[in-house]
Amino acid sequence: MQTPAPVDYVRATSVADALSLLQQHGDEARLLAGGHSLLPMMKLRLARPEILVDINDLDELRGIRVDGNEIVIGAMVTHAEILNSPILFEHYPIFREAEKVIADPIVRNKGTMGGSMCQADPAEDLSAVGAALRGTVVIQNAEGRRTVPMREFHEGPYETKVADGEILVEVRYPILPGSGSAYEKVERRSGDWAVCAAGACVTISGGVFSSVGIGIGAVNAEHFTATGAEAFLVGKEPTAENIATAAQMAADSCDPSADQRGPADYKKHLAMELTKRALTRAAAAAVAVHLTKNGA
Amino acid sequence: MTAVQEVPISAGGNPIGFGSMKRVEDQRFVRGQGNYVDDVNLPGMLHSAILRSPWAHARIKSIDTSAAEALPGVIAVLTGKALEGIPRPSLLGDNFAWMPTLSYDTQAVLATDKVRFQGQEVAFVIAESRYIAKDAVELIDVDYEPLEPVMDAKRAMDPGAPVIRDDKGQTDNSITDVHGHKTWESGNAISTAEAIARAEADPNCVVVTQEVMYPRVHPAPMETCGSVAHMDKVTGQLTLYTTSQAPHAHRTVYAMVAGLPEQKIRVISPDIGGGFGNKVGVYPGYVLSILGTIVTGKPVKWIEDRGENLMSTSFARDYHMTGKIAATKDGKILAVDVDVLADHGAFNGVAQPTNYPAGFFHIFSGSYDYPDAHCKVTPVYTNKAPGGVAYACSFRITEAVYVIERLVDCLAAELGMDPAELRLKNLLKPEQFPYTSPTGWVYDSGQYEKTMRVAMEIAGYDELRREQAEKRARGEYMGIGISFFTEGVGAGPRKDMDILGLGMADGIELRVHPTGKAVLRLSVMSQGQGHETTYAQIVAHELGIPPEDIDVVNGDTDQTPFGLGTYGSRSMPVSGAAAAIVSRKVKERARIVAAAALECSPDDLEWELGRWSVKGDKERGKTIQEIALLSHSSLELPEGVEGHLDATAVYNPPNLTYPYGAYICVVDVDPGTGVVKVRRFIAVDDCGTRVNPMLVDGQVHGGIADGIGMALMELIAFDTDGNNLGGSFMDYLLPTSMECPSFELGETVTPSPHHPIGAKGVGESATVGSPAAVVNAVMDALAPFGVRHADMPLTPSNVWRAIQGNPIRVDMAIE
Repeated sequence: MQTPAPVDYVRATSVADALSLLQQHGDEARLLAGGHSLLPMMKLRLARPEILVDINDLDELRGIRVDGNEIVIGAMVTHAEILNSPILFEHYPIFREAEKVIADPIVRNKGTMGGSMCQADPAEDLSAVGAALRGTVVIQNAEGRRTVPMREFHEGPYETKVADGEILVEVRYPILPGSGSAYEKVERRSGDWAVCAAGACVTISGGVFSSVGIGIGAVNAEHFTATGAEAFLVGKEPTAENIATAAQMAADSCDPSADQRGPADYKKHLAMELTKRALTRAAAAAVAVHLTKNGA
Repeated sequence: MTAVQEVPISAGGNPIGFGSMKRVEDQRFVRGQGNYVDDVNLPGMLHSAILRSPWAHARIKSIDTSAAEALPGVIAVLTGKALEGIPRPSLLGDNFAWMPTLSYDTQAVLATDKVRFQGQEVAFVIAESRYIAKDAVELIDVDYEPLEPVMDAKRAMDPGAPVIRDDKGQTDNSITDVHGHKTWESGNAISTAEAIARAEADPNCVVVTQEVMYPRVHPAPMETCGSVAHMDKVTGQLTLYTTSQAPHAHRTVYAMVAGLPEQKIRVISPDIGGGFGNKVGVYPGYVLSILGTIVTGKPVKWIEDRGENLMSTSFARDYHMTGKIAATKDGKILAVDVDVLADHGAFNGVAQPTNYPAGFFHIFSGSYDYPDAHCKVTPVYTNKAPGGVAYACSFRITEAVYVIERLVDCLAAELGMDPAELRLKNLLKPEQFPYTSPTGWVYDSGQYEKTMRVAMEIAGYDELRREQAEKRARGEYMGIGISFFTEGVGAGPRKDMDILGLGMADGIELRVHPTGKAVLRLSVMSQGQGHETTYAQIVAHELGIPPEDIDVVNGDTDQTPFGLGTYGSRSMPVSGAAAAIVSRKVKERARIVAAAALECSPDDLEWELGRWSVKGDKERGKTIQEIALLSHSSLELPEGVEGHLDATAVYNPPNLTYPYGAYICVVDVDPGTGVVKVRRFIAVDDCGTRVNPMLVDGQVHGGIADGIGMALMELIAFDTDGNNLGGSFMDYLLPTSMECPSFELGETVTPSPHHPIGAKGVGESATVGSPAAVVNAVMDALAPFGVRHADMPLTPSNVWRAIQGNPIRVDMAIE
């Protein structure tokens, strides 16, 4: 039996209510979403908030929907819902590929998108996906809502732009017609955090890359991405050689540290290898989309 | 798949004898109605928590418990100093701060002078709730003076290395066994050295040397360790509910450790959620709960959390092995020599039953026919958790099988010979049994080549090699790994084996009630093996009583006869034999009763399953149920039976049994990432007679999963500061169904000639045999890169590094 330190608990009835509870309790309060990072840390007494504000009743934070030319994912959407979402699969197969390798079905059934983002583990998969897709995070506080680009969301490991008294309410992703996307991850065992992961989302126009998004997790890539490699590829043909060069550039921009998941040289190699594989598959998928459209 | 003899089926739908049947205990387990130690709640019970050392090696300057004691709800706080003040009326030391280990060493119950591993027990808090106890632990202030930790076994014996066991007056980190030896040798050193020297000088021979490490792993049972101790102040009776694989042995140890009268101690192991050797030893927590109830006069519960279990309880392996194998160039093995550096942690807590202190490691000569073998084991203390024999290893046979099976594959690579062909050339022949090995083991029976060929047949071995060649040609890397293992299990003959002086014969009792229902009382203790099912089947086989009419009782020392418990795959070889023998005693008593009832001589009766009848007149007979009632009736009985059919027996095995098997593993390796995928696993086990083939298959499934886990991911490494890097299930990775293919099982049945029903035991076979198959498969896949060996676990990074020619040193932190 694990034994967390004493903690109070309150169940919020609305986002406004949750915000006022956060304001009332200051930095001693933590939001309880899926609880799959926070509760284990509390049981190990690595986290000891004084009060938990449970936001599981807030339906306004649920749902995946298309809004204009954006897809909106609510903060309380679970990993399982992302995995099984037809909308996301239609536009961004990368979500399904990433979710299939996030933890296990039990965790995916409870763990939430917003919780994962705000936990901001350096190996967190949706952060890499969000960077590849150039999402926008919507944060709400007592004054109203503000937006932060995914690529500016992380302040560092376990630190984000979400301040005390704020709630991440949703993440918005621009729809890129004809895009191809893919996710690659190496883990020591299914359900483990990534040793390294890489995602890519590209569009191809006139035989060259017209847009390139790269997301890289777990290897200390700045803002989970590799902008130099992206810039290199735009306007270039999706050849194996160009992709390999970009993948190497991406790997060179990472600064992994050694731990029990692997030594730094291996992780750097993986950053190259997985970026290459993700770009290759994303490019193939993007071309396929165009062919289908041209044929129709 | 499994050949089952024709047996009658009972009204309950179960085989009256051997055959597959579902486990009766699963009815409660799958409904969540099991009763584990943490489910025990006694009136007035107190809870506890242990303060553990954050340091691997530090001197304790002072401990301030005042703030903890002042916390409302705290009843008592015990420290090592307090235990030193409790006199112990026993021969094993004069106070309670230290306790003996299973290898005649001493281990701190609570640290007094120094802490010697991270996670060591420093203070014990007793409180009204577990939450309060944990809160109080945080309030204890310990002033440590950190000392340089010894985390690397290879450096433990350096002259300048810090001395860990200064409490014993040691000046180095060597371990001395009860015979005064600091190195433990077996086999013939001279003849083996000569054979290797001859081979080195002979152009027609080769000698291959390979260093292999079997790193530290942990049994990690689903249920952690724990106990509830209750001293009845009126009767003086101590009742201990505890997670023990060996309740009787534990009771005797407590009698010796605590100086309590043994008849006043009752040890109860209720349902146990997995053991794998983790629950063989006596841990400080158990002793502290006993001291807790003595101090407070109330029941005291102690339950580990996961991190405590992984960091402080019995680990397994941690063997640095260097093997040399000599052979002719056409593949005839001549000699094997193995040198081992054995990391025992801070206290030598190894459970091993032979005069040889490295357990059964000296069975390393394996399944092959060659005359010369020798091993030397040098044990050392390090600043790691104690223990040493755990995790389904058959007393170190896992290490032995791993080293010989890796050496054989290295030899095959050196000779450019197919590893299957090399094994077939050297396997022992059926006519060589009973076979005396170069290190003195007497293998009972085996048809090794037949078993090997069954495995190759299931695998489609030749086709796999063809596929591999095609794939290599196009740059894909699949590997085929073979492991052929022989175990010696069923410890053990009283003339050869004991643990702390306790012989290893098992008692058993069988009662047959007037209505023909029976109760069998075992000394061995199930931790999930299914004893309640299989032992009823043995009685059913012998007496014809349906298994559903037989209750099997285990785990309560007041209800069962003495025996040494369940580990080392010993239940079926020892208590399984006892169950058959006690049933046969009942059958003979039933014969006398039946003869009286049928008014004939016992010699005129013959037995068919469940019934004695008159020879030549089958109509005249009595069923075992009828006889049971008669035995309790007013029927006048002849001499030899005063009433009842009940019997007891003690089984002292004449020899170990020697289950064996041929395993083949097929893997695919992604050289770009180092990821290994186990595609197929074929296991052909010969464990002699199979009482319940379904449960045998289950045991093998679990063992292969264990083996895949150890080969690919399980590890407890340490950093140079002494931090345990495997202290949670985020860090200590256990395999899941995603890492395991659908296992392909086969069997051969070569009964043990000396076991009453021919069974050999199978509990650890797959754990012992499978890691080498997986590692051999990965090394086979990597052969085109010139890789011959990399140590477990073969994580993606380790495999990739091996391809780069720079495999990871696994026992220390990755840098």
